Amino acid sequence: MENIRNQTKNFFLRILNIPFAFLMHAIDLIMWPIQKIIGVRNMPYIFLLPNLIFFGLFVIIPLVANFFFSLSSGDELLFAERELPTTKQYDQLFDCESYLNPNTCTEDFFWRGVYNTIFFVVFQVGLMIFFSVLTAVILNKKIIGRGFFRSVFFFPVLLSPVVVGLIWQWILLKNGAFNAIIESYGGDKVSFLTDPSWAMASVIFVSIWAHMGFYTLIVLAGLQAIPPNLYEAAEMDGTSRERIFFRITLPLLMPNLLVVFILASIKGVQTFDEIYVLTGGGPGTSTSLIVQYIFTTGFASSGSVQNFGLAAAASMVLGVVLLFLTLMQLYFSRNKESKHQEI
Amino acid sequence: MNFKFIFKAISVALVSFSLTLISAVSFAATDVRIMWYGDGDKENVPIAAQIDEFNAANPDINVILDIVPYDAIMNTLPIQLAAGEGPDIARVTDLGGLNKYYADITPYVADPSYYEKSFGPFLNWYRKPGDSTSIHGFHSTMTVTGPYVNKTLFEQAGVDLLGPGATWEEWAAVSIEVAEKTGTPIPMAWDRSGHRVSGPAISMGAKYFDSSGDPKLVDDGLKAMTQMLYDWHQAGTMSKDLWGSVSGSKYHAPNDWWNAAEVVFMMSGSWQIGRFANEVGDDFDWWAVPAPCGPAACTGMPGGNALLAFNANPAVGKVMDYLSSKEQLSSFIGQVLAIPGHLDLQVDYQTDDPNAKHALNTFAGAVPTIDQVAFDLQAHVDNRIMFNAIISRLGQAIVGEMTMDEAWERMDEDVEKQLKEKYGG
Repeated sequence: MENIRNQTKNFFLRILNIPFAFLMHAIDLIMWPIQKIIGVRNMPYIFLLPNLIFFGLFVIIPLVANFFFSLSSGDELLFAERELPTTKQYDQLFDCESYLNPNTCTEDFFWRGVYNTIFFVVFQVGLMIFFSVLTAVILNKKIIGRGFFRSVFFFPVLLSPVVVGLIWQWILLKNGAFNAIIESYGGDKVSFLTDPSWAMASVIFVSIWAHMGFYTLIVLAGLQAIPPNLYEAAEMDGTSRERIFFRITLPLLMPNLLVVFILASIKGVQTFDEIYVLTGGGPGTSTSLIVQYIFTTGFASSGSVQNFGLAAAASMVLGVVLLFLTLMQLYFSRNKESKHQEI
Repeated sequence: MNFKFIFKAISVALVSFSLTLISAVSFAATDVRIMWYGDGDKENVPIAAQIDEFNAANPDINVILDIVPYDAIMNTLPIQLAAGEGPDIARVTDLGGLNKYYADITPYVADPSYYEKSFGPFLNWYRKPGDSTSIHGFHSTMTVTGPYVNKTLFEQAGVDLLGPGATWEEWAAVSIEVAEKTGTPIPMAWDRSGHRVSGPAISMGAKYFDSSGDPKLVDDGLKAMTQMLYDWHQAGTMSKDLWGSVSGSKYHAPNDWWNAAEVVFMMSGSWQIGRFANEVGDDFDWWAVPAPCGPAACTGMPGGNALLAFNANPAVGKVMDYLSSKEQLSSFIGQVLAIPGHLDLQVDYQTDDPNAKHALNTFAGAVPTIDQVAFDLQAHVDNRIMFNAIISRLGQAIVGEMTMDEAWERMDEDVEKQLKEKYGG
């Protein structure tokens, strides 16, 4: 009986195999001559080629085009109709009497974006690391419903930034849910999103809420990688909990925290969508970051000149910052890998 | 024998298939794509019905109506056009700003003189400087900016509405009085738009152009109006929550507050009539009032939207002829409760709402009182650059990012910078 079953199974597998075998032979017909010409060693490049073509088409060419846009001026889109080359856009971006006072800069919106981005990244990343570590340490303990809480903290990461923006807009608006609660306790309504002194704090809070789960997960993985015998030894020595945290947990967590720091910084510098939905960059320009400046200057000028050149120049500046952060991340992750290998 | 038969059968099948394909291609309907933004179903449903009717009556033309948000018209359409893409026809409000992309449909419309007779003054708004003959499209609806008041709140407060000739200061004072007496949170709310600010600024004496006709934004008139708006925000006459909720030149309307009866006086325009009729209904009486006065005039801004062609061909001409015909325009305007851009159109407004009827009369009556500076500004190809400079810098001053003096200086610099980028120099 078993034998018949196996034979039937093999028969169907062979039938199913026919189209794949046919396909493989067809591919062989193409690959064999290529391999003959370029040799076996170079064949991996052939397999990488489709991906490289798409990468070149959608990343490299736009990147190069963006660079040339930054060296051109005019309100036309096609290169043939633009003034090229000129450093006018960079001159305009960096034309400031004092870089510390955006009001003295020709492109004051850009510099406001720069300062807002720095402020946003410093506080968002700092607080995010703090809360991620706190949450991960709690979630690493044997608490009731640990799996549930891990999911709950990770859930916002799955939401689209637009959804995050809209949800929190409904909560934080002057007539929103949060103010309704404040009012029900006899308090005065607060303009969380339209008062300049509150708006940045609100967007930082929302951003932390939305992204913290991802970084908590990285920290949690780091915590679980710490050998338990270190804690056992420390406990046997009667070391206090605080001392264990600062002398064992935190130092061993440092490589993970570095990754979290750099990834969060890269993400923070690129932030746009959830803030654009939440506050539109307002009030005034108090929550307008660099990416919003680029978007508005190039694409959302509402009838003013769409200055593709200036937007491209600003994005090149942003690109340099991101490149620096990415290189830092690569450096530290390689450093971490080599340390692991040494161990 | 069998092989011969199969070969013949396949050949016949192939030839028949090819012929079918060729004939299908030859007789395929010509597509005409319209990019349309509408103020909700009140505008989208009537236009969709008209397009369906046109398609049914013209099997050789297939009109595709793409209903998009207003932002897409303002921000996506110019990029599409610059890239050589874009629709055949679009409903546009930046009438002069896109004029380099408009196509001349004169050879393809049945009667070019109909367009001149019916939409004459507006056609120049679409034309390039120096051009006085091209036909690019027609005015879908005309608009006039102006204020509305919550009449019910005035009645509850026992305060009389002001009549023609009342100044901005007087309207602000009575709005505050009504708000205080009725416990209404916001005495005054304006659309966040440089276009909306411009009518009142012209009333205060703003000229917008120098003696040679070139843009010159900041003068005493503009300063007076923007200072007033700044002061109203600081004093709480206008809520910072509205203009503060976005940044830059982004448009924002206070409709939610208005619909919730939290606003006494709202500065907007005639395009709101249909919307108020639908959304406010009989919750409260709303009344359009004449444009308040300044020392120079009592004017709103004219405006409107036009259906303009970006491709010229017989199909586009036929669609334009159909949509601009008296019959279709009258039906459309009657349903959406707007002011016609057609100079000789009898409209049977389909509403029993006394507020809407009164508002239509008020705005239609305001057209002859519109100041010439307002018409010139609306017709100017770079007016959006000026509108955007006003609203973005005023917005910054209101939230304390700069002083009014700095804001005025920046407004002029913004205009100069943008014009340089556009025209070189």
